Amino acid sequence: MKAGRFWAWVVFALGAAYFFIPLIATVEFSMRMRRGVYSFDAYKVVLGDARFQATFGYSVLAAVFTIVLGVLIVVPAAYWIRLRLPQLRPIVEFITLLPLVIPAIVIVFGYIRMYGSNSPLPFLATDTGTNALLVIGYATLALPYMYRAVDTGLRTIDVRTLTEAAQILGAGWGTIISRVILPNVLIAVLSGAFLTFAIVIGEFTMASLLNRPAFGPYLQNIGANRAYEPAALAIIAFAITWGCMSLIQILSRFAPKSANRPN
Amino acid sequence: MTDLSFSDHAVAGKTAPPAEARSLKLPTQWLGVAPFFIFAIMFLILPTLYLMLGAFQNDAGEFTFENIAELAQPSIVAAYWISIKVSLASSLIGAFAGLAIAIAIVRGGLPDWIRSATLTFSGVASNFAGVPLAFAFLATLGRLGLATVILNTLFGLNIYAHGFNILSFWGLTLTYVYFQIPLMVVIIVPAIDGLKKEWGEAAATLGATMSQYWRMVVIPVIWPSFLGTVILLFANAFGAIATAYALTGSSLNIVPILLYAQIRGDVLHNAHLGYAIAFGMILITGLANVFYIWFRTRSERWLK
Repeated sequence: MKAGRFWAWVVFALGAAYFFIPLIATVEFSMRMRRGVYSFDAYKVVLGDARFQATFGYSVLAAVFTIVLGVLIVVPAAYWIRLRLPQLRPIVEFITLLPLVIPAIVIVFGYIRMYGSNSPLPFLATDTGTNALLVIGYATLALPYMYRAVDTGLRTIDVRTLTEAAQILGAGWGTIISRVILPNVLIAVLSGAFLTFAIVIGEFTMASLLNRPAFGPYLQNIGANRAYEPAALAIIAFAITWGCMSLIQILSRFAPKSANRPN
Repeated sequence: MTDLSFSDHAVAGKTAPPAEARSLKLPTQWLGVAPFFIFAIMFLILPTLYLMLGAFQNDAGEFTFENIAELAQPSIVAAYWISIKVSLASSLIGAFAGLAIAIAIVRGGLPDWIRSATLTFSGVASNFAGVPLAFAFLATLGRLGLATVILNTLFGLNIYAHGFNILSFWGLTLTYVYFQIPLMVVIIVPAIDGLKKEWGEAAATLGATMSQYWRMVVIPVIWPSFLGTVILLFANAFGAIATAYALTGSSLNIVPILLYAQIRGDVLHNAHLGYAIAFGMILITGLANVFYIWFRTRSERWLK
C-alpha cells in the first residue's frame, strides 16, 4: 500500500506538471509585453481593444440566444418523453449524440450549401438570417450537453404527479411547463446553460465559416498577428471557462439529491 | 397510476367542440416533441444527408463514385492519414495518462481534496480547447515559450535543434492531449468507482495475488468503458479544427483544415470533392461511435 501511494503521488505530480506548466508559461508570457519588467500591458491592450469588446459582446449575445433556443427545444421534448412517449427515448438520445459524431465543420458546411441565398430557405441571404443560423448551429453543438443536463434534472422530480396536480388545479400546458416543470429543473437547465456558454463563447469554426464577427475568429486573428496579446486572451478564456464550471459546481449543490421515485 | 393520455382524450372529447377536438386529437401527443424533431431534422440530419448525397453526385446531379475515387489523390490521403495519426496518438496517450491519474486519485490513497480538485480541474480543462489552447501551447513550447527557454538555458537542451516543432505532428498531439486527458478522467472515474471493494476482498479470500486481481477482475471490468472512451476521444480529436488552425495555420494539413480551406475557397477546384471529404469524416467518426455505443452498453452492466 505504501508503494501504491508513492506511485499515486508520482502520477499526480506528473499530471499536475503537464497541466500547470502551460498555464504558468502563458501567464508569464502574457506579462512580458513591456521589455524587462512584468506588466499587465497585454491585458490592458486587449481589454481596451474596441474589436475585443465588440466581438466578445457579439459572442455573449449569441450564447444567450443559443441557451434560450436550446431550452425551448430541449425542455418540452425531454419533459414530454418522460411523461408520455418513453418509447421515443432511444431515438431522441441517439439524435442528441449525433453532434458528437458529426464534426461541427461538417454541420456548418451542410448549412452553407442547404441554406444559401438561392435555396428555398435563404438564411444566408441576410445578416439576421446568418446570425440566426449561427445560433442554430451553436444550439446543435450544445444539444448533447443540454439534453443530458435537463434529462438528469427531470429524473430527480416526479414529473407525472406534478403534472397531474397542476392539471387538477386547472393549469394549461404552457403554465405547466413554464411555472411547474421549468422551476423544478432550473438548476439542471442552468448548468446546461453555463456549459453551453463555455462551448459557444470562443467557438471558431462555425462563426468563421459563416463570416460572423464573433470572439473565436477574433482570437484567431489576434493569434496570427500579435505576440503577447494571444497569451493574455488565453488566460482570459481560461478564466471564463473556469468561471462557468465553478458556477455549475456551485449550482449542483442546490440541486435535489435523490429522486422521490425512479423515473 | 391513472392513464393520463386516456383521461386527456376523454376530457378533450367532452368539452371541446367537435371540429377542434378532431384537429387536436392527433397532434397533441406529438406537439411536445415536435420542435425538437423539426429542429433536429432541419439543422442536423438534412444538412448532413445533403452532403452525403452530394458526395455521390457530379455537377449535373447524376449518381457517381468519382468524388469518392478522387479522395485517393495523395494530398487528401496524406491529410486523412495525419488526422488519423494525431487523433489516434492523442487519444491513446490521453486515455492511458487519464486512466493512470484516475486510478491514482480514486485508489491511490491520496487525500480527498486532491480527488475533488482534480475532477473540478478536469471539467475545466476538458472544455478548454480551441484557439486559446493553441495560444497557451505556443507560449509554452513555441520558439520563445517558457518551457523551451528554460530547457535551453538551464539544461542546455535546445528542443528545436533536436527536431521538435510545435507546428508538427508531435506538437499538435501534445496539445490535443491537454483536453483528452481530462475528458478521460471525467468519464473513467465513475467506472473505477464502480469497482466494488467486495470484489477485491472476494479475490483475496480466494487467494488471488494483487496482479491476479488486476488481471482477472479490474481490467476486464474497466476494459469496455476504457476502450469506449478511447474511441470517443478519437472522434473528439478527429473533428477538431480550431486548435490546429490557430497553432499551425495551414502548415499541418489535417482533414478538417483541408475541408475548411475547401469551403472557404474551393482549393480543390471541385465542389463535390468537398462533400466527399465531409462524407469521409462522418464515416470515420461514425464508425468510431458505433463502436463506442457498443462498448458502452457492455460496460454499463457493471456500473450499477
